[in-house]
This record gives sequence, structure tokens and C-alpha cells, in this order.
Amino acid sequence: MTTQRVISRESTDIDSEYKWGFTIDIEQDVAPKGLSEDIVRFISAKKEEPEWMLEWRLKAYRYWITLNEEEPKWANIQHPRIDFQDIIYYASPNSKDGPKNMDEVDPELLEAFNKLGIPLEEQKQLAGVAVDAVLDSSSVATTYKDTLEKAGVIFCSMSEAIRNHPELVQKYLGSVVPYADNFYAALNSAVFSDGSFAYIPKGVRCPMELMTYFRINAMDSGQFERTLIVAEEGAYVSYLEGCTAPMRKTNQLHAAVVELVALDDAEIKYSTLQNWFPGDKEGNGGVYNFVTKRGKCQGKNSKISWTQVETGSAITWKYPSVILQGDNSTGEFYSVALVNNFQQADTGTKMIHIGKNTKSTIVAKGISAGKGQNTYRGLVKIMPSATNARNFTQCDSLLVGDQCGAHTVPYIEVQNPTAQLEHEATTSKVSDDQLFYCQQRGISPEEANYMIINGFCRGIFQELPFEFAMEAGQLMKVSLEGTVG
Amino acid sequence: MSTAPTINHPAYYADYQNLRQQLSGSSPSWLNDLRAAAWERFDASGFPTARRGNEPWKYTNVRPIAQGRFDSPASGKDPEALLLAEGNSVPSTGFEPEWLTLIFVDGKPVVTPETRPGIVGTLAPALTEGGDGPTGTRENLGHHATIAEDAFVALNTAFLNDGACVSLPDDYDEEVFLNLVYVQDSPDSVNYPRTLIVAGRNTRLTVFESYISVNSDNAPQYFTNAVTEVAVGEGARVTHYRLLNESRNAYHVGSTRVTQARDSSYEAGSFAMGCSLGRHDLSVLLDGTGANCSLNGLYLTDNTEHMDNLVSIDHAHPHGTSRLYYKGILDGRSRAVFGGTVLVREDAQKTDAQQTDKNLILSDRAEVDSKPSLLIYADDVKCGHGATAGHIDDDTLFYMQSRGIDPQTASQILIHAFASEIIETVSSEPVRDYLDRLFLETVSGKTISGLGGRPVSPQRQGGA
Repeated sequence: MTTQRVISRESTDIDSEYKWGFTIDIEQDVAPKGLSEDIVRFISAKKEEPEWMLEWRLKAYRYWITLNEEEPKWANIQHPRIDFQDIIYYASPNSKDGPKNMDEVDPELLEAFNKLGIPLEEQKQLAGVAVDAVLDSSSVATTYKDTLEKAGVIFCSMSEAIRNHPELVQKYLGSVVPYADNFYAALNSAVFSDGSFAYIPKGVRCPMELMTYFRINAMDSGQFERTLIVAEEGAYVSYLEGCTAPMRKTNQLHAAVVELVALDDAEIKYSTLQNWFPGDKEGNGGVYNFVTKRGKCQGKNSKISWTQVETGSAITWKYPSVILQGDNSTGEFYSVALVNNFQQADTGTKMIHIGKNTKSTIVAKGISAGKGQNTYRGLVKIMPSATNARNFTQCDSLLVGDQCGAHTVPYIEVQNPTAQLEHEATTSKVSDDQLFYCQQRGISPEEANYMIINGFCRGIFQELPFEFAMEAGQLMKVSLEGTVG
Repeated sequence: MSTAPTINHPAYYADYQNLRQQLSGSSPSWLNDLRAAAWERFDASGFPTARRGNEPWKYTNVRPIAQGRFDSPASGKDPEALLLAEGNSVPSTGFEPEWLTLIFVDGKPVVTPETRPGIVGTLAPALTEGGDGPTGTRENLGHHATIAEDAFVALNTAFLNDGACVSLPDDYDEEVFLNLVYVQDSPDSVNYPRTLIVAGRNTRLTVFESYISVNSDNAPQYFTNAVTEVAVGEGARVTHYRLLNESRNAYHVGSTRVTQARDSSYEAGSFAMGCSLGRHDLSVLLDGTGANCSLNGLYLTDNTEHMDNLVSIDHAHPHGTSRLYYKGILDGRSRAVFGGTVLVREDAQKTDAQQTDKNLILSDRAEVDSKPSLLIYADDVKCGHGATAGHIDDDTLFYMQSRGIDPQTASQILIHAFASEIIETVSSEPVRDYLDRLFLETVSGKTISGLGGRPVSPQRQGGA
């Protein structure tokens, strides 16, 4: 099988331009700017949602109102105040009832996704990966539906799930990230437009990778998607998420919520290649990526693994977490976060140990270049009930250039003496000796630097599904262009 | 504001007004101004709260202090008799002859050194109009611990009228050893110990600063709000040990602010043996090229005690080295907090910084919160940190028992070994011996036997 380049796409011209910056001109259904109870009702009505869904949204909205637009301030990020009334909360490609099958999908849309490297037409579909393509507020299409259905796997857009599987959505939506969890989770709960829903029934090993491709297109719109993945007893699923956005001079807000639920013996592997538009070299524009991701190892022996490669976004504020509730459950977090130019990232994880013999592993690699500021912020909490809990944390930072910053802020809270925790962190630059050695062997400084950085991240890339590991390397390369002088 | 101030902390304000009336005539105007500014700062901000976003106070709630009512200490008992009383833990023996001794009881100097006038003494003379204290007092006092940064520093400064001072002039060629003791005894009182340590260029100085209660049997409740300022001159070497061994019902908030000039060296040991609610906020500014500091700490908590160590190191110049190593032993339902911050500024290339916090938890109801953070803005640096928490495993204990050592003794040996790594960093022999003895007394009877192997009771089982 040839390697597919989806998020990264190889470029021949090294002009360090963002390669995914085009926009498509397509007729859209757009809500007026601003947020109010009417907008929440409008979104719900557009989605033809049942009453309980609207009620839930309104509860979230009313809670959000009480927060007085006071977004959290503790993270190590700086941005001008966000005007939440200056955002379009709903923008959707204009099609009446949603396409029944691929033939009904607007060819312009298909072309757009083709251009991104995500062919949705049956003949060209990515082998071995089922894709749910989301443009702004709506899911455009989902591939390989039949194959998945045969296995009993439900993989569809959130709106479809609310219509077709209300009992599952009602049971699990908000069970991991309640609407009052934090500022952006509340906002998302009120206005989320679409996202993916995956349900893997008991004992099923999902026959292929599931993937959602998020694309922001509309001007001034925010993207608020909501993803829910439920793995029943003994199920296994590997899920991949990729994102890009056009180049805009203004900042765009992306506030997603992802919830994972793993029951007894289930395993969920969640990988992210995040390549939102990072802003230009002067720090103009770019996506504010304020995301709440959390998984719950609800059953015994369950496992949730987060792998993320974060190269895009002007600002990343993201802490994929695992609540280790079931005995013997395992949580993993593997992360590479790269900041260049004026990008800022405050990212990390939370591992909440509740059950006995729970284990968690955190490996976070931060790379700072240009004027980027990169912060690892993570919490490991051992509750009194978590006898024999075990955690290993490693955070390494690499500095490229003398105007960037790399920060590590771990929080360790231990309430059980039998817990064993280790945390270690190092910060350094690419060593001159290594660079010299490579150059001595005829490798250009740029190439050598990239090689060393790639080696630094290797352990994380290996956690990604094979095809995407290749891409991640490519993505790093593009993101690092021009950093070595 | 000055004509009709709104007073948010009336109890402290009454004390402050008393002090001002007493001293306004005798104090120089700069000091009156400093106290007034400090009071305003404190009264405006009040005690810090653990509310969201206040990271330095995330894990420590000072409500007992904020809601407590503390008076100026009553001068009742004979302080000298207090010091001579049997079984008190004042560090006194073994320090002669090279050590100078300065002892305050309830804020009043009781023992002052007779030798080395102008170098070691109380702050009072320098704080009196026309008086002369050790040199450099005015230039340094309030310059390292600034009232703007912290409410507790401001509160201490508002009540500044005496304290200890050691000031070595540049190139003073003898090493000076100072044994500085602050004894708190009056129940329901508040004390504001203030210490100024100035080591001139190329000098050597060792200070052992302790905060103790001699009345440990009836454990009075009181509040100690201490501020220590340390200025380490170019090429100077300061060794500074700090002991917190207050009454087990006492509240202690101490702030130590250190500024290091180029090529200076500062070695600190912070030992917290216990108090009801304790906090030591140590911050070191490496304000010159090639400065190095080594900060070690040991904290013991038991019962419902709460001990918070906040340590910050600010690398502002190149070629600095810092070592931060803290260890904690937790028992009972106590809680220990470690907040370490190593900041490497843009210019501070070639910085080498290491930070470690290790915790030994002896009880299943104790809690430790550790936050060792690194903030790095320079690229050519070598920085690392580590933290661990855990208990001593059964195998180790079993091994010792298989060699004929009873569990109680084995526990003692293992706990002592854990702490020895820090105690042994103390290079001064009398201080090390004193601390080691005190440590063994404090932990005697503690046991770690069977902790890890104990079956978990069924109601503790997790699950949905």
C-alpha cells in the first residue's frame, strides 16, 4: 500500500507556506453572528434535534452565561480578549436533508476534500480507513459505512447519532465531560454543531481505523465539534483525527469536546494530527484551539491511549485526560507539541487514578522554535482508593533558537502511600556536537537539525498508526522550515 | 486615603497604630514611610486565598491565620529562665567558641553577641533616628523582600522595628558563624521576626536561623510571620540553614529572599520539623554571571499538620548553576506541598539547573502535592527536574527482618536513611549533629511496617 499523505502532504517547493490554506467557495447556510438562547435554539432546530437535546444545550448555555465571558486565565498563553458575540456559531454547506449516499454529495465538496488528500468517492477512498469528513458545522460524508455496519460498529456524524441512536447518545453524552466542566466545554455543549460518534459493540475489534477530518472553511466562524466514542466490553478501536483550516488574517476559535468511554477490557486508541492554520510569520491570524478531551476507563482492565502531534494552531490549550476508574485500567499519553514563529501551546494531560492497580504513562516532547512558547502542564492525581497505582512521566523539551520558551509545570497529588510515581523532565537545545558530527558526514545543517528533532520525537511517532507516523514526520519537517539559520 | 482610610483588617490596624505612635518620633522618616506603604499594601490585598488562578497558594489555605486573632506578645515570663529550662530544644551546645549567638524571645533580644560590634547585632540601632547599626542596613532592608510581591512580606514590614542583622564589609577576611534563634512562647500572639544578612565581596558567612518553641508540651497557638533578606556579594559564600520547629499548634509563614551577585555561592538547608500550618517561601535571584546556589530541604509532617515549601530560583544571568533537592516524610493525616519554580531568563545562557522532590508517605491518609516546574526562555541550557512519591516496599523491610532486625528498628533505619541524604548536606558539624538528633527525636516511634502489604479493605475497591 502506498503511503497516503493526508494532513501533511509533501511539498516540493520549500517556501514554508501553509499548504492547506485555500478556501472553497460553496453555498452555505450561515447563522447570524453572536450567541444567544435563540442561536442555540436555531442550531438545535437546524439539526432537527429532539427536545432533550435542546434542553441539554440550553442548560449548558445558561451555565456558560453565569461565567460572564471570563475565560480561564491560568494557562501560560496570551491573546486579546475574545469577543464571543463576533463569532458565527453555525455554518453548514447548503444541502437540504443531508446526503443519503456519496452520489448526492455536492461535487464541489468532494473536490475540496480531494484537494486536501481525503478522497471520499468510493473508488478512491483511503484503504483501511473509514473517514467522517466535517466541514465547518456539518458532517459531509462518512466512508465505508457498510463494512462497519456489518461488524456492528456505528460510525456516523453526531447529528445522525442523535437522530438514529438517541439512547446511546443520551446515556454517554456529557458523562465524561459534563457541560459545567469548564468555560469552553460549556460553550461547546451549548452550540456544538457536529462531530463524530463511534460505538463499538461488545467483543468487536473494529475492522479498520476510524478517522474524522475536520476542516474550517467559513469566514469568522468558530468550529465546535463534539466527538463521542464508546467501546463496549472487550472492544477495540483505533481512531484518528486530523484538522486543517484556511489562512485568515483574523483568529478563529475552535472549541471541541471529545469524550471516550471504555468499558471492561475495552481499548481505545485515539490519535490526533493537529494542523490548524498556525498564523503567519508575524503572528497574525491562526486558530485558537481550546479543546477539552477526556476519556474514562470505566471498566476493569480497560485502556485509553492518547497520541497527539500538535503542530498547528496559533494557540493550543488542550489536556487530553484519562479517568482511571476501573481496577487495573491503563492510561497513556504520548505527545509531540511543536511551536514556531508566534505559536503558543499550553498542553499536557491529567491522569486521575481512582481504581486499584491503575497505571499511567506520560511521555511529552515539546519543541520550541522561533518565538514560540511551549508549556507542558499535567496533573497526576492518586485518589485514596487507588492502591498500588503507578505513574511514569517524562517530559523533554528541545529549544531551537534563543527567543523561544519551553516550560514544564507538572502537578502531582498523592493521597495513597502505595502509589509509585516518577516524574522526570529535561530541557536542552540540539547539541552542537551532534550537529557537527552530521555536518562532518556531509549532511546539511537543516537536514541534520531535522534528523535530530525527528529522532527526539521517534518514540511518539511509533505510537501512531503506521501510515500516519510517516505523515507526522513530514508534518514536522514542514513546520520546522526556516528555523535553522 | 491617608485622611480617612478604609480599614479591612482592624485588629492588625490597631496594633499597627500603636506601633506607629510609639515609634514615629524615634524612627527615621524613610522607615515610617516604608511601614506606611507596607501597611497600605497589606490592608488593600489582605491575606492570599486559594481561589482559582492563584497558583502560589493553590494547595495552602491560610484561613486559620486570616480568621485568627493574635495580639502582640505579652511580656510575662522571664525569657532567660525560659532558655535555661530543662529539655528545651534551643540549639546552644557545641556551637562555641567560633559561633556567635543571637537569641530573640517573643521578638525581644535576650542574648546578643558581645564581640564583633558593627557586624553582628540587632537591627534596632539602625532603625533609630541617628543610631548606627551594621553597615548597609538601609540599602538592603526591604530591597530583596519587597512589599509589592507578597502580602505576608508587607505585613511583616508594616511592623518592622527590630530584628537580627549580620553585615560583613567587603573583603572581611574571617569567616563568621551566627547562631540565630527566634523563640516564640506567648500563646495567641503574633511575631514578626526580621533578619537581614549582608555578605560583602569575597566574604564567608554561615548562619543557622531557627524558629522554635521551648514550650512544646502545652503547644501554644501563635503566629510567626518571618522575613529574611540575604544579599550575597560578589564572590561571597553564604551557608544558610533554616529550622522550623514551632509549637505543633503554631502558624508559621516565612519568606526568605536571596539576591546573589556574580560568582557568589549560596548554600541553603531548609528543615521543617513541624507546626500546625507552615509555609516557607524561599526565592533566590541569581543576579550576576556565574552565581551558583544549592538549596536542600527536608520536611516532616504528622497528625493534621500542613507544610508548604515554595522555592523559586530566578536565573537572570548566564553561567548560573542551581541545585534544588527537597525531601518529605509524611505521616498521620498531614499534607505537604512542594512548589518549585526554576526560571531561566532569555539572557541566562549556559544555565545548569536541577530540581528534585522526593516524598516518603508513611500513612494512607497523608497527602502530598508536588509541583516542580521549569520556565525556560533561553536555549543553551541544561535543565532537569524530577519528583517521586511512594512508600518503602515490603521487600526492603523483609530483607532487613531476614537479617535479624526487628520491624521497628528497620523502619527507623530506613526513614533515617531517607532523610540522611539531606541532613548530610549540612557541612557545619554542630548544626548537622543538632539537626540529626532533632530528626531522630521527631521520628522516633514512626513505623513503616507492613504498609505496602496490608490487604485493602473491600469497601475501598474502586469500580463504576
